[in-house]
Amino acid sequence: MKCRKCDQKAVINMRQHKLALCAVHFPQWMVEQTQRFIEKYRMFTPKERVLVAVSGGKDSLSLWDILWQLGYTADGVYIALGIDGGFGYSRKSQELCEKFAAQRGLKLIVVDAAQQLGATIPELAAITQRGKNKPCSVCGLTKRHILDQVAREGQYDVLATGHNLDDEVAVLFGNTLNWNVGYLSRQSPVLPARHAGLVRKVKPLCRFYEREMAAYALVRGIEYIYEECPHAEGSTTIYYKTLLNQLETDRPGAKLSFYLAFLQAKEKGFLAQPQTEDDEEGIGAAGEHLHTCPSCGGPTTLEGLCAFCRMVEKVK
Amino acid sequence: MDTVKIVLRDQEYEVKSGMTLRDALTKLGINRESVLATRQGELITDDEILRPGETIRLVAVISGG
Repeated sequence: MKCRKCDQKAVINMRQHKLALCAVHFPQWMVEQTQRFIEKYRMFTPKERVLVAVSGGKDSLSLWDILWQLGYTADGVYIALGIDGGFGYSRKSQELCEKFAAQRGLKLIVVDAAQQLGATIPELAAITQRGKNKPCSVCGLTKRHILDQVAREGQYDVLATGHNLDDEVAVLFGNTLNWNVGYLSRQSPVLPARHAGLVRKVKPLCRFYEREMAAYALVRGIEYIYEECPHAEGSTTIYYKTLLNQLETDRPGAKLSFYLAFLQAKEKGFLAQPQTEDDEEGIGAAGEHLHTCPSCGGPTTLEGLCAFCRMVEKVK
Repeated sequence: MDTVKIVLRDQEYEVKSGMTLRDALTKLGINRESVLATRQGELITDDEILRPGETIRLVAVISGG
């Protein structure tokens, strides 16, 4: 198969776009498209400071690489979670992030969750018994808290994450199956800052297939952690992604059209939340009112300590 | 040697050469949307004809917890 733009051999065929590109034109296309999505969804401007949440995986490192190529002021933040899995998962991920940043002269902020909290994520999960024998719930809560904190303290304008289209569609699929209207109404390429303790969150890769992200990392020679998080095995997200890829195989473009049609439906008001006087500011992910945590100053859906600070209290 | 070795993580498969990568993946029950294929470190598309004696390494692309 030849590249659409030249006569070189294609390295990827994106059937949903009827587009095959070579090793030169594919990464160029990815960078151009990312810029298009940043502008289309009004994610951020070149004047704003971006904090990129990096995990050492293909998506977040590729996002950082793309933003770097586009000339944005983008620092990275890595959270050391203390997950080992028998092969030093967190340690290896951190090393890859540090190497990536050093190669490009970029600033990487490393936060050691265990040092900050007094326990690793798996230890926290065991102590708090939160999340049915899996640390994923504790991990998610901790990451969200630390990312918001670093973004706030560093006075960044925006926090960018490497969520790709497969991530977004898996969430959309799960929330649709359960008709979680509150979560559906908030799912978006841009999540505005809804509280003084939050910054705007954006997903510049939300229209790229996961396959394209892996291809981009390979073509660009980005070293990423190939091993899956040891706790992700058997996760619902992976199950949904597998199902959706079966659908995509038979109907190229099914994932993309599911996501884009959802965004269009939202724009037309199909999933509108009841309007309140302080809409946007002070409304949580599922449409609930937000309060301020007296300990960390972050948002919380209940009065008093936020879920993260309650968890930390248990460790003490 | 008219076989081709296909490697995905710690799994090794053998298929006959001369067929397309797409047909080989279908035969092995591997979803083509869930992997990328490399020949000698270079990405290839799934219309490539498999050559006798070669090794194709697949890269799993799905992640997430």
